[in-house]
Amino acid sequence: MKSLKIMGAALLLSTMMTGMAQAKSLVYCSEGSPENFTPAMNTTGTSLDAARPVFNQLVQFVPGTTQVEPGLAEKYEVSADGLTLTFHLRKGVKFHSGVNGFTPTRDFNADDVLFSFNRQWKADHPFHKVSGGAFDYFNDMGMPDLLASIEAPDPLTVVMKLKAPNAPILANLAMDFATIQSAEYADFLMKKGTPEQFDQIPVGTGPFSFVEYQKDAVIRFKANPDYWGGKQKVDDLVFAITPDATARYGKMQAGECQIMVAPNPADLDAMSKDGNINLMQQAGLNIGYMAMNAQKPPFDKVEVRKAIAMAIDRDAILKEVYQGAGQKAKNPIPPTMWSYDKDAKDIPYDPAKAAEMLKAAGITSLDTDLWWMPVQRPYNPNAKRMAEMMQADLEKVGIHAKLVSYEWGEYRKRAQAGEHQMALLGWTGDNGDPDNFLAVLLGCKDGKPNANNIPKWCDTKFQDDVNKAVTLTDPAERTKLYVDAQRIVDDQVPWLNVAHSTVFEPVSKKVVGYKVSPLGSHVFTNVDVTE
Amino acid sequence: MFKFLLKRLALTVPTFVALMFITFVMIRMVPGDPIEVRRGERGISPERLEMLRHEMGLDQPVWKQFLDYVWGILHGDFGTSIISKSPVLHEFLTLFPATIELTFFAMLIAVFVGVPAGVFAAARRGGIFDQTLMGIALTGYSMPIFWWGLLLVLFMSNTLHLTPVSGRVDLIKFYYPQVTGFAIIDSLLSGKPGALADVLRHLILPSIVLGTVPMAVIARMTRSSMLEVLEEDYVRTARAKGLSAWRVVGLHALRNALIPVVVSIGLQVGTLLAGAVLTENIFSWPGVGHWLTQSIARRDYPALQGGILLIATIVIIVNVLVDLTYAAINPRIRYGK
Repeated sequence: MKSLKIMGAALLLSTMMTGMAQAKSLVYCSEGSPENFTPAMNTTGTSLDAARPVFNQLVQFVPGTTQVEPGLAEKYEVSADGLTLTFHLRKGVKFHSGVNGFTPTRDFNADDVLFSFNRQWKADHPFHKVSGGAFDYFNDMGMPDLLASIEAPDPLTVVMKLKAPNAPILANLAMDFATIQSAEYADFLMKKGTPEQFDQIPVGTGPFSFVEYQKDAVIRFKANPDYWGGKQKVDDLVFAITPDATARYGKMQAGECQIMVAPNPADLDAMSKDGNINLMQQAGLNIGYMAMNAQKPPFDKVEVRKAIAMAIDRDAILKEVYQGAGQKAKNPIPPTMWSYDKDAKDIPYDPAKAAEMLKAAGITSLDTDLWWMPVQRPYNPNAKRMAEMMQADLEKVGIHAKLVSYEWGEYRKRAQAGEHQMALLGWTGDNGDPDNFLAVLLGCKDGKPNANNIPKWCDTKFQDDVNKAVTLTDPAERTKLYVDAQRIVDDQVPWLNVAHSTVFEPVSKKVVGYKVSPLGSHVFTNVDVTE
Repeated sequence: MFKFLLKRLALTVPTFVALMFITFVMIRMVPGDPIEVRRGERGISPERLEMLRHEMGLDQPVWKQFLDYVWGILHGDFGTSIISKSPVLHEFLTLFPATIELTFFAMLIAVFVGVPAGVFAAARRGGIFDQTLMGIALTGYSMPIFWWGLLLVLFMSNTLHLTPVSGRVDLIKFYYPQVTGFAIIDSLLSGKPGALADVLRHLILPSIVLGTVPMAVIARMTRSSMLEVLEEDYVRTARAKGLSAWRVVGLHALRNALIPVVVSIGLQVGTLLAGAVLTENIFSWPGVGHWLTQSIARRDYPALQGGILLIATIVIIVNVLVDLTYAAINPRIRYGK
């Protein structure tokens, strides 16, 4: 009887202690509200970040890198001809239970994979048109042209057949658009007559399950107890939506959030001196460039393009525009990317030689234009200032550049149409594959530049290299071809490589295990908060 | 009175039509459509752009889009947000309680500081208090809200740690379901000790920032109205009767002086809703002002059109109510004299 009493007291005490234990929360100060919670329908980092805690893909990026590792597929094989990918799915993976009244009756299987891809691919899929049906990334990454079929020979195997070999496909499948959603949840909502809730109240297999979203205020998640990768160390994940960068920093200082997105460049110095903040940084997977329209004279001459590149003082731009938060670019791909040509020779700043070269090309005075984007971008924090500095440099060698800008959508459209002579723009990588820079930004088809090829420059040898590299699976062979392609760009100077910016993320010193993603995404898996 | 009300309401019809037309046309005059803005540097092929424009009905002639829009509004349909795919009215009603709460408290501050300041300044006309108070009012009136907000955050929140930086409630300490959308009511309903106090703490700075301009206007209005009334014969009579100075000012003069002030308070609703756009952005306040700013940036035509129209409707209704109140207390207005 006495031992029973002791046991009872111990039980009571332990229950009280458990009740007293504070739930551990991680608060992330995000910059805005998501458009919805289906990553396949979104392109903005804000929306993709908001859905990421809930979901997984077949393969995933190792946190903090662009390296691909198994995700919901525990292993995968690529056939020798590169045309067939076979994914062996993880067994016993549970979808979140209890969200929006949905209780899964089965584990994750191949039906969910087929559902997730077919929804984006097939116009007659019952969920294709739900919530507008704009699957931008699926189309942008060329998936409709690339996929021949996706089949499920058994519930734990998916076979993806391609029309042509494509090396970056695995990296593509690690992107957010390739997120796997629950086919059973979709059926459940369809029967309920509320299919649009599929994109508003997400159910996934990820480390956190969705709890609540209050527009423009907060998104709440809780740790998924059945997560296949192990239960998370924090109990709650909270996105405190704070659009103003100064307010985000204020909240960091007040301890109201532990990680914040997009700090104001002017606050970086103070943040680095703040004893409670760890100002994490990572070389961004991006390039800021100044394109010279190779289809318009005199920019069709390589000597002129080289001379212009030589006349611009990028060190001064790095200091003034990037305020030191970037590195001078010498290649069109960033140094963190595999196949980067580290032996490439950078173009020196030499205005005297530039003037000489221009004179030799028959140019002593030239009236031209230089376009600057009206928006701040990760690869270019202040395009107007950059353009002004370039204008001043060019003036010294007899080039009178008129500064031009348009509304952002209009700017991009006109630049893609090649209306400019010189234009500032840039790019942030999607999947860490060099093809995503070289082919997208400098590629041509049938001798005609792609829309995103802003210098409107085509080179047969470059195109052959890039076209061949995308079909090979051996990274060493691909590297050789991409290095060659970079050397062609360095030699032909279709654009001036300006800079790769550095991405800063202020993180509380209490946070453990957080890694800055080179892809600009925010991943909270396996992140902990110490007391 | 009923005839006056009908006449006043009839006058609002052309205002509504003009509003619908102006918001519809002006938004479309801004370069870049919703699809292109969304694409950024990624670009979009002309075929896909055409397809998406067709799906959103943006390829229709503008006059047809306008007629469809008006038809929808007449049926209570404000359209669907291009970005979130939610009905505009639903989004507005979800966010509006936050804006009402903020504007209500801003108005409270404006009235409870503005009116006494105006009375005090008038009672001490020409003195140091009058000049100081009116100087402060002028500064408040001409101060950019954005700058004032950031300054207060830096000083009160970051330096003195007296108030929270932004938001409506401490997201970690107090988690309760959104029932009414009014944080004060929801925090009370949650029954969590300290929740209401935390909500009020979060309201302090945004309300001060938003209430500053109306406070200055009300203070100046009260002062000039008081000065006028203090010259009236009945005030002189009251003084001659030997009533104390504060009884004359605070009781006899103030009552009459407040009539135009009450009207001006009503008219400040428009100023407050306009000011909420900036204040909500500074304090990450999840109201309609912040929502409209986002909608402009994303060219979310239906959200912008619907949001502006709904806000304008509220301002018009308040103006009508102000007119009616004024007519009720001043019968000369009622008969159009």
